[in-house]
Amino acid sequence: MPLISYSQVHKRYPGGYEALRGVSLDVEAGEMLFVTGPSGAGKSTLLKLLPVIERPTGGSVVVNGQNIGKLRPAAIPYVRRNLGLVFQDQKLLYDRTVLDNVTLPMHVCGHAPREAARRARAALDKVGLLHKEKLNPAGLSGGEQQRVCIARAIVNRPAILIADEPTANLDAQNALHIMEMFRSFNQVGVTVLIASHDQHLVERFASRVVTLDQGRLAA
Amino acid sequence: MRTWLQQHAASFGATVRRLARTPLATLLSALAIGASLALPLGAYVLLENLQRVAAHFDGNPQLTVYMALDASPDQTGQIEAQLKSSAAVRDFRWVSRDAALAQMKGSSVGDLLGLLDGNPLPDAYVVNLRTDALAGSEGLAESLRKQAGVSEVQLDTLWIKRLDALLRAGTVVVTLLATILAFGLAAVTFNTVRMQILQRRDEYEVAKLVGATDAWVRRPFYYQGALLGLLGAAVALGLLAISSIWLNRELAALGATYSIDLRLSLPPTADLVGVAAFAALLGWLGAHLSVSRHLLAK
Repeated sequence: MPLISYSQVHKRYPGGYEALRGVSLDVEAGEMLFVTGPSGAGKSTLLKLLPVIERPTGGSVVVNGQNIGKLRPAAIPYVRRNLGLVFQDQKLLYDRTVLDNVTLPMHVCGHAPREAARRARAALDKVGLLHKEKLNPAGLSGGEQQRVCIARAIVNRPAILIADEPTANLDAQNALHIMEMFRSFNQVGVTVLIASHDQHLVERFASRVVTLDQGRLAA
Repeated sequence: MRTWLQQHAASFGATVRRLARTPLATLLSALAIGASLALPLGAYVLLENLQRVAAHFDGNPQLTVYMALDASPDQTGQIEAQLKSSAAVRDFRWVSRDAALAQMKGSSVGDLLGLLDGNPLPDAYVVNLRTDALAGSEGLAESLRKQAGVSEVQLDTLWIKRLDALLRAGTVVVTLLATILAFGLAAVTFNTVRMQILQRRDEYEVAKLVGATDAWVRRPFYYQGALLGLLGAAVALGLLAISSIWLNRELAALGATYSIDLRLSLPPTADLVGVAAFAALLGWLGAHLSVSRHLLAK
């Protein structure tokens, strides 16, 4: 059974815009999948269904045997705790240190402060930013901020890592570095889904690529 | 259970640190809440003390039964029997018309009595009423008035009734004041928490994205509301203590001239703890309204 299974998924936003029109897609555990396509093709929407930031208006999204499109609101936080989310705009908090940003998911799950700090340092070490744990993220470069965001995404050791345009604001070298980081997580068993419009970058990795166009999967 | 406690402790600690980080804003909120609590609390203390003083003067409520000049001994005996059996009566004494005349002659109007023919004064019963059965005295006076041989009944409880009514009106005023200002307290926390929510919108959006429950996001705001209520209560009790010390200095001097103890006594500790708990509850309520209105309305 696939880890993630989209079947005939439709998403129509209030106002009538149809972002997804009947997408069916299976993702196996341990896979690394790129979703490409022009902007407005529905890449972000496809990924946002997994943490239930958006719900499908038709079809079903099943993760680990659970139809997450039909979850009651109180169950959503527990779904998100098993996912690592990386955003194009990082969504870091600039009123606290890098370390405090990375420990946030641990605090949210109720881990003891010492354990949370230990795991956060381990995550920062993996993205090569342990020496900047006490800095404010506002003082970091774009690439470094994206790495803090990745550290925050992996601190809970999620089974699935989801990245929406993680390299859109980065230069080519930083972008490659970030992508290689995702591949290294995939190599230790994490299922990785990455949305990217950068065809050239995606082609450097020998991974499955699906292309969305106007809300449909292109052949 | 341990995790749950740790989460609460962490949330509480973070809230305290946040309040401490903006000392001026916290102080002003606490002062606003404190002032709105101190007003009804002060009025309540004044009222309590007034009631205590009022209870000291029993005011000697009296009832005087003037007999008709032509009352028969039988009729007089009936009145006496009724007074003896009434629950409202503490004691009574008989003042005969001769005794009354003799008493009056010794007073400043004594000279005038010489101008009159004979003794114009009636026989009378002077009745001391029980303070705790004033309500019954009305009925007693009424029924005495109807008895044969009675010319007039004078009930002298008016000023006690006035005081009583005044104190009761005071209680209503304090209750109203407390109710209105309780809304004020809830409103202050509502607004303070609202400001916090707006300031920290980013934080709880990110927290929710990484799996925070609604309860986790709400918790610090509830703590903040309750803590503000408690701080406000502390301010109010401080104000009350200071003003009572100040007032007592003057009241002691005033009381000494009447040789009574006029000093204000503060309510018992249990009441003060109750006030603090009530303030915390109101703060929690204000936070709850604010959180429901501003945090989950998206």
